[in-house]
Amino acid sequence: MFAISVFTFFIFQVIPNGDPALRLAGQSATPQTIAAIIKTWGFDKPVYVQYLDTMEKIFTGTVVSYSQQVNVLSQIQRGLPATISLALGAGVIWLFWGIVLGASSAVRAGRFTDRLLGVVALVGVSTPTFVVGAVSLYFFAYRVHIFPLSGYVPFFQDPWEWFMHLVLPWFSLSVVYIGFYSRVLRSNMLDALHEDFVRTARAKGLTQRRIWLNHVLRTSLIPVISLWGLDFAAVIGGGAILVEVVFNLDGVGEYAAESIMTLDIPPILVIVMYGAFLVVLVAALVDILYVVLDPRVRLNG
Amino acid sequence: MTSAHPPEGAGSQTSLLLREGGSNTEKTATVVVGARAEQGASTGNGPYRLVLRRLRHNHVALGFGGLFLFILTLCLLAPVYARYVAHVGPNTNDVTGTVRVGGHTENVVSLTGIPIGPTWHARFFLGADQNGRDVAVRLLYGGRTSLEIGFMAAAITIVGGVAIGLVAGFYRGVTDSVLSRALDVIWAYPAVLLGVAIGTSVAVGGGITIGPLDIKGNSLAIPALIIGLVYIPYMAKPIRGQVLALREKEFVDAARCLGCSSWRIVLSEILPNLSSTVIVFAPLIIAGAILLEASLSFLGAGVQPPNASWGTMIQEGLPLLPSSPQLVLAPAVALVLAVLGINVFAEGVRDALDPRARISLGR
Repeated sequence: MFAISVFTFFIFQVIPNGDPALRLAGQSATPQTIAAIIKTWGFDKPVYVQYLDTMEKIFTGTVVSYSQQVNVLSQIQRGLPATISLALGAGVIWLFWGIVLGASSAVRAGRFTDRLLGVVALVGVSTPTFVVGAVSLYFFAYRVHIFPLSGYVPFFQDPWEWFMHLVLPWFSLSVVYIGFYSRVLRSNMLDALHEDFVRTARAKGLTQRRIWLNHVLRTSLIPVISLWGLDFAAVIGGGAILVEVVFNLDGVGEYAAESIMTLDIPPILVIVMYGAFLVVLVAALVDILYVVLDPRVRLNG
Repeated sequence: MTSAHPPEGAGSQTSLLLREGGSNTEKTATVVVGARAEQGASTGNGPYRLVLRRLRHNHVALGFGGLFLFILTLCLLAPVYARYVAHVGPNTNDVTGTVRVGGHTENVVSLTGIPIGPTWHARFFLGADQNGRDVAVRLLYGGRTSLEIGFMAAAITIVGGVAIGLVAGFYRGVTDSVLSRALDVIWAYPAVLLGVAIGTSVAVGGGITIGPLDIKGNSLAIPALIIGLVYIPYMAKPIRGQVLALREKEFVDAARCLGCSSWRIVLSEILPNLSSTVIVFAPLIIAGAILLEASLSFLGAGVQPPNASWGTMIQEGLPLLPSSPQLVLAPAVALVLAVLGINVFAEGVRDALDPRARISLGR
């Protein structure tokens, strides 16, 4: 995590040419204002001091954005409800359909259903989320007025509107993951089919149904679940930026996108750093979960 | 006899890999025998002929691969179309112009600011955008940009990923730890976010300077570099794993006993054996790179205006979605078809290289 924070800091500190103070001050700035800006933002200090200052601000939640001088953390907190509702709904949808489609194409491996689902999954994987979003927005919101155009309504304000506003974003975000997960699960299940414990189960005379559900599906689900944890963390950490922009959801990703448009560095820095931290934390959690879920993994080997 | 003779070394190793990967030993074994027989019949690189033959029978994969090549050719011919059919360049504004459609004259951009829809004629075949630019011309030029960046980024990823994977896997120890941690750091970021972060940072500075290289802010090399960097871990990790396994093989020991240097072992003993992995990954990485380019450009952190790319076109068309859906739909369809073409082709290649996937499973 230390490495991540340093790396993120350097992305923004080292790569850009030019003086950040000049950019902040604008084109018609006098040397005095530029000097004042350098003083207040600490651009004159050595790099490692700037790094420590930034990290201290991030952990105490006092980072201030360049353009509007507002607190970044409170902005992120404002965006969290929308992002979490988006991630939760989409996460449930893509996990469920990924498992259903992946399992059904594994059971019918090589047959027509399997091939059809394979093509469908590839179409899903090949379509970026913002394309699904834009196209579905056009057909279901502009042409046929089933769903509202865009925006986010808090759950406690009106649960029904909250739901209606999120259906299309959930769908758009899920498509890619459904395609990906169903393929991963399918190949895992086909691999598991050759394992010794499946042969044992068959030799014991268990029914096909029990073999598929308890032996094949259960072992194959473990990597899928761990993948889900990582992707879920990535979505909350701002990975849903594309969907949020298309549907104008007032979430963390939308905030990041706004900052990109105005070239406002601190919010992007903080969001990217938090996103990466979250992924690392979940990755560690998943490693621990493996021991619980998978009987084959033992820590004292 | 050393195993350094390239075609044969590569050949026997592919069968070795097949045998390793197959949990269904009997069936894979017959394939290996088949590969040998093929090798005996034809001189030279046998297993790859077999792979090609299998691929030739996969009409779906070939069809989609052809679809991609078709799109690629169309995009490469963009200047020809712009010059001889549409008679406008990709960045030619024509807000106040008029065009004759079906016998009467119409404004290219109506007085209410809505651009003309598809005319299905040479001029404004797919309509115009809000600046009066020809969508069809921009679509082809944008495709050229997107595909160029896709290929450049994939090349960067493959070269970088293979190099890092080779070094980390072969030297192990501290080198491996340092490189693997570095990869983990990049890998921990959500891909789009990392790309956006670097893209914005570069855009702020108006370009980057690496040593003597000075790349302008609107150069296509910048998104390609960013995307290539973001995908390196996805390539380097599997390569590293494979190198770790390969370096313990007998033919590496043999080469070492003959007194080959590390460089020689890495380059002429291990590298050829990675070719099947690279072949499987290459199209997938190209597809991923095109998608990521579109996403970055869509967010304004990739290709910079006025350059067209499919991502920027979708971004610019989004506000006009209700009145002029062609601005979004045309690049969206082109993007999905191109990426789908590569992905289906890639799956076909993988099936051809790994026959295990082709064996239908009896229940």
